[in-house]
Amino acid sequence: MSVITLSIDGQPVAVPAGSSLLQAVRAAGIRLPTLCHLDGLSPVGACRLCLVQVEGVSRLLPACASEASEGLQVQTDTPELREYRRMAVELFFAEGNHECAYCVANGDCELQDVAVTVGMDHSRFPYRWPNRSVDASHPLFSLDHNRCILCTRCVRVCDEIEAAHVWDVAERGAHCRIIAGLDQPWGEVDACTHCGKCVDVCPTGALFHKADGTAEKHPDRERAQHLRRARDQHEWQHR
Amino acid sequence: MIALPPGSASQLRCCHASGCRSAGGEALLQALQEAARDTGGTLTVKGVGCLRLCGRGPLVAWDGPGGTALFGDLRPAQAGDLVRLASPGDHEERRRDGQGSQAGSQPARGSDPIVPSTDQDTGSAAPGGAEAQPEAAMAALASQRLDLEQPFFALQRPLVLEHCGLIDPDSLDEALERGAYAQLQRCLRELSPEQVRAEIRLSGLRGRGGAGYPTGLKWDTVALQPEGPRYVVCNADEGDPGAFMNRSVLEGDPHRLLEGIAIAAYAVGAERGYIYVRAEYPLAIARMRRALAQARQRGLFGGAPGTASFQFDLEVRVGAGAYVCGEETALLASIQGRRGCPRPRPPFPAQSGLWGAPTLINNVETLATVPVILRMGSEAYAAIGTPTSPGTKVFALSGAVRHTGLVEVPLGTALRTIVETIGGGSLEQPGVPGGGALKAVQTGGPSGGCIPADHLDTPVDYESLRALGAMMGSGGMVVVDTGTPMPLLARHFMAFSVSESCGKCVPCRAGTVQLAALLDRFVEHRAEPADLQRLEQLCAMVRDTSLCGLGQAAPSPVLSTLRWFRAEYESGIAGP
Repeated sequence: MSVITLSIDGQPVAVPAGSSLLQAVRAAGIRLPTLCHLDGLSPVGACRLCLVQVEGVSRLLPACASEASEGLQVQTDTPELREYRRMAVELFFAEGNHECAYCVANGDCELQDVAVTVGMDHSRFPYRWPNRSVDASHPLFSLDHNRCILCTRCVRVCDEIEAAHVWDVAERGAHCRIIAGLDQPWGEVDACTHCGKCVDVCPTGALFHKADGTAEKHPDRERAQHLRRARDQHEWQHR
Repeated sequence: MIALPPGSASQLRCCHASGCRSAGGEALLQALQEAARDTGGTLTVKGVGCLRLCGRGPLVAWDGPGGTALFGDLRPAQAGDLVRLASPGDHEERRRDGQGSQAGSQPARGSDPIVPSTDQDTGSAAPGGAEAQPEAAMAALASQRLDLEQPFFALQRPLVLEHCGLIDPDSLDEALERGAYAQLQRCLRELSPEQVRAEIRLSGLRGRGGAGYPTGLKWDTVALQPEGPRYVVCNADEGDPGAFMNRSVLEGDPHRLLEGIAIAAYAVGAERGYIYVRAEYPLAIARMRRALAQARQRGLFGGAPGTASFQFDLEVRVGAGAYVCGEETALLASIQGRRGCPRPRPPFPAQSGLWGAPTLINNVETLATVPVILRMGSEAYAAIGTPTSPGTKVFALSGAVRHTGLVEVPLGTALRTIVETIGGGSLEQPGVPGGGALKAVQTGGPSGGCIPADHLDTPVDYESLRALGAMMGSGGMVVVDTGTPMPLLARHFMAFSVSESCGKCVPCRAGTVQLAALLDRFVEHRAEPADLQRLEQLCAMVRDTSLCGLGQAAPSPVLSTLRWFRAEYESGIAGP
């Protein structure tokens, strides 16, 4: 296995060739916030929280979707990046209806965590208060569009790990929303295997077990990573 | 404008591209064809692509013994008069037997519900009127004749559009007569792919889709990828407000584009290609499909006889009409049947595009320029325009300008020449407070910016426009007069970005919504002093952090109007 070395915030780091910049950043012990990224799922670079500055590159790069290469000089914590990250979190909060006190994920919510990490104590942008629905048609789970941040983890885990592809994104722009099947009530989608992986990986209270009350969500975000690793390494291959 | 073909019979060329069709061009063409049936073949009528002065459509060009005359603002009811004008012998004969006006206007009777039938139109005039009525009709036509020596035509240098408006886009034979596919055949016979790429590289051609990336360099990157399948894609997803350059090529000279794509495919070693056109261009789609079928039938594609070393075939893919699908990675996703969303680059499509294979993506105008470069030679082509922006560029001139339409000029032409000389200056708007004087020119659509009137002497090339905070874009050029508040103009473009964002990344999806809401406050004069700073900060954030070009460029109209017209934003702040 070849190893490459690069510099993250002035600190030298060695990572296996083919690693992402995010893996390199984490190898350096630096905590870089992400919302759309989850180990085990393909990177999409959508939440823009893990943007970093790379010397010689004019644009900011999403660490999750960029490959580390030899000799890169990477900055993860400049004043500009901090400001942009905070602004992105403000935009997340302003575009949906995120009332933590009434949410199943309160206390176990990645959006909440990121807000604390970037120091967002209020939004400079007015809340849009969109009129969004709740889908409780599934026997075991529910989808609350009010909490959805369109990270598409559910879409990817269902497609890439469970291979059912129940979830997808409909509409465009601010009207984007997660849909089940052919925009059907979730409970009517035959392809759903009731595996619950989408609920496990959801960073907020958008997907949850019906039995969960306020602040009771218990996701298992490492499950997708474990399944992907086990599959890649043929851990379940019959002899 | 367009030279009369030597030895040709008298003919009428009626524009039946989208612009003129929307003004009744199709009904006019039908009326002309019906009226011409009685001329005994002395006059031919054909539908052609764009005749360029779109603001005066429907347009008809008459190629007669004395040269070419162009008429604008025509009505189907005038078809008979025009036919009689174009076939004078016939005209005299009809006048003698007293049927002149009736025969002339027959096809148009009842075909135009807007223009009421008059005695002149119907030919039911009092006895003796048949002599006088044609004179009046001819006088009306004379007043609609357009001066081909006027700067709008005289200062243009059509290379990409050279056959547009001259040939019937549905006729492969006409295209072949004008030299279509000659350069493709020459490439296959005489030039290696490396030599073709060298010609394009030496010509200095830059991508006409907006960013201006060197075309030769892109071709080389694709060609030099490891062995394996590769693709050529023509980006015909033109969606900028005020832009219709690509549509005119697709509708007016489809074989030119097909030849350009085939040459590109030969140069990079691709066996398959796609033309990605938005569904809003049904006429362009129909004409491209017909042209493709004709080319296949003649063996020009798909393994033509004698071209065994060049196996290439094309497909027209219709997109649903999302602006973001003009972004190359979103376009590729759409071709592959996935949601049209961009992905982070690298890898660039030249390295990993359709189904992971190296893919060359070029804009319509870029590819349509390729046969011209090969015909002229790279040196002659590079001598046009400026050293860093060689060649010609097609602009779609619209807005508050006297002459609207397609303008093809050498790059480096002063903006003033395009807007004031070719375009005839700003359109006077009596009764509009402050309306009439030229205030700015908006270039590059929602990704571009505004150039204020006092910078009109700027040469129009990639670098000069960028230095002013605008951009070439695909060539949309909207003239703005003093009656238009700039925050309102910025709001207009921001509303477009809001509705066209794919919604994948948060700065573009949610940031543009907030920008539009902030602009509303300035437009409605209820902004707070802090809103100006908030607007600038959010513009910077959306520009610097969005995933693709749509979001990165969405703040451009705001930033450029803030730069040149800041006082208008300040006046949008509500008093204490």
